[in-house]
Amino acid sequence: RNVTSFQKRGPRASGTNDSGPRLVSIAGTRPSVRNGQLLVSTGLPALDQLLGGGLAVGTVLLIEEDKYNIYSPLLFKYFLAEGIVNGHTLLVASAKEDPANILQQIGPVSSSRFGHYYDASKRMPQELIEASNWHGFFLPEKISSTLKVEPCSLTPGYTKLLQFIQNIIYEEGFDGSNPQKKQRNILRIGIQNLGSPLWGDDICCAENGGNSHSLTKFLYVLRGLLRTSLSACIITMPTHLIQNKAIIARVTNLSDIVVGLESFIGSERETNPLYKDYHGLIHIRQIPRLNNLICDESDVKDLAFKLKRKLFTIERLHLPPDLSDTVSRSSKMDLAESAKRLGPGCGMMAGGKKHLDF
Amino acid sequence: MFVELNNLLNTTPDRAEQGKLTLLCDAKTDGSFLVHHFLSFYLKANCKVCFVALIQSFSHYSIVGQKLGVSLTMARERGQLVFLEGLKSAVDVVFQAQKEPQPLQFLREANAGNLKPLFEFVREALKPVDSGEARWTYPVLLVDDLSVLLSLGMGAVAVLDFIHYCRATVCWELKGNMVVLVHDSGDAEDEENDILLNGLSHQSHLILRAEGLATGFCRDVHGQLRILWRRPSQSTAQRDQSFTYQYKIQDKSVSFFAKGMSPAVL
Repeated sequence: RNVTSFQKRGPRASGTNDSGPRLVSIAGTRPSVRNGQLLVSTGLPALDQLLGGGLAVGTVLLIEEDKYNIYSPLLFKYFLAEGIVNGHTLLVASAKEDPANILQQIGPVSSSRFGHYYDASKRMPQELIEASNWHGFFLPEKISSTLKVEPCSLTPGYTKLLQFIQNIIYEEGFDGSNPQKKQRNILRIGIQNLGSPLWGDDICCAENGGNSHSLTKFLYVLRGLLRTSLSACIITMPTHLIQNKAIIARVTNLSDIVVGLESFIGSERETNPLYKDYHGLIHIRQIPRLNNLICDESDVKDLAFKLKRKLFTIERLHLPPDLSDTVSRSSKMDLAESAKRLGPGCGMMAGGKKHLDF
Repeated sequence: MFVELNNLLNTTPDRAEQGKLTLLCDAKTDGSFLVHHFLSFYLKANCKVCFVALIQSFSHYSIVGQKLGVSLTMARERGQLVFLEGLKSAVDVVFQAQKEPQPLQFLREANAGNLKPLFEFVREALKPVDSGEARWTYPVLLVDDLSVLLSLGMGAVAVLDFIHYCRATVCWELKGNMVVLVHDSGDAEDEENDILLNGLSHQSHLILRAEGLATGFCRDVHGQLRILWRRPSQSTAQRDQSFTYQYKIQDKSVSFFAKGMSPAVL
């Protein structure tokens, strides 16, 4: 196990509200070069780089699932696997799949001190899983339990999950409130398919359902729990199914980092020569400005991903050279059309095509 | 505070107008730099500030405040700043039954109620203390941001009522100021948010609207700021004044320039 022996008396990490300087020496974390904020790896070094170094402790990374939910589970598992390899405590919540199964499905290939490379076809060594401290929340099992729940107007599944998370944070000392429990570890929380009907929410089925505030309330209280504990959270959400666009906007405002996956499967881009080397596009929709006026926005907005030999890579998308003599007229027009559809920018959509601001 | 923004608004901490409602609004960009500006501005103006911070933690505003030359910790200790950390308060309300009514009490209720407890909190925080000496110049209420209340189940009307009560107390009765931020959801068709934004626009004396550039991301120009002065209580015989500038946010300041005059372009 790699232990970062980095020690720094720095400004308060955003994930805790300790008073006074703290020593930072937690495995699998490193301070941000910008402001010393404590970061953890998402498990995918290429993604860490696009996010300004990693995911800040105390924040939420929201992944907008690709249409057939093929690639988002990979990012979900990379995040968890990174936690196992670093000895972090895990909390895995799903309404669809047993957390024990999810944890077995990914294996480490190569290691570095921060971020590793994982192989989706390998299995996590059993001894690593057994040595790690993890908690599973499988909704079908929990929904019938008699765990005492405080009254709240969320759907029961969300209420139970919040209670479960708060319980772990408090019991294991991640919020620093319990003087007996000196916690010097990170809690990685992973929540799969949040908002899907399996969670008892109807935002994917109805435009103005009765539960329209349940999800946003959940995210708000979750943010409150995260900001006051040594934890980091990944959520995958089938936003392409959410009927009400206003909810997606509100969900975005209540998340810190938002990354969207758009796979080419079933779309006309699948056969477009422009995209032939890739499996989809990855959109960095939002990056937080934490403890700062500015944020680490990447200049590169057109990013594509591919899953090659079970390794997930992210690359800058660029147009192939236009070889005028050899390229036929019709395929030239295809490329021009596709080029127009390249993403306009993180969080700032180009409204006018013929605009010049200056 | 950003000196260049003070120049554009023709104001300084020692001669700011009182009894005004300022609306901050952002569309397709992050307008939080405006919140940081006004927080440091009013603390430097020696005002008693009640900050209803719903979306980020105290340490976030504190660290940025230090870059802008104010210490929120010290302001809080000497009683100048009353800080409601919404996230922390929400966790307390949801997971523990509290004896007295909390500002965010509505989170425990099944039906969307009203924001009366939150208003009581604000009124209590800013009520003048009869200690004989006038310690602070005037009270200020700052809210970041109101759109969160909609996400938590409050109706637009309930939020507008809350603002109305606050205006009556803070702006009219106590001759103080209010600064609130609302997101503009644009084409996301968020009806409740649009009602809130339109309602507040009509009541505001000053609207600062941060917008992302229509042409997309640019490293040297982060967005555009529209400044709109209004006179809500008078008839519209006199046209409202409006100016537009582009801006670039830096580590400790924001620079403004006329459209097309970014130093990077010239």
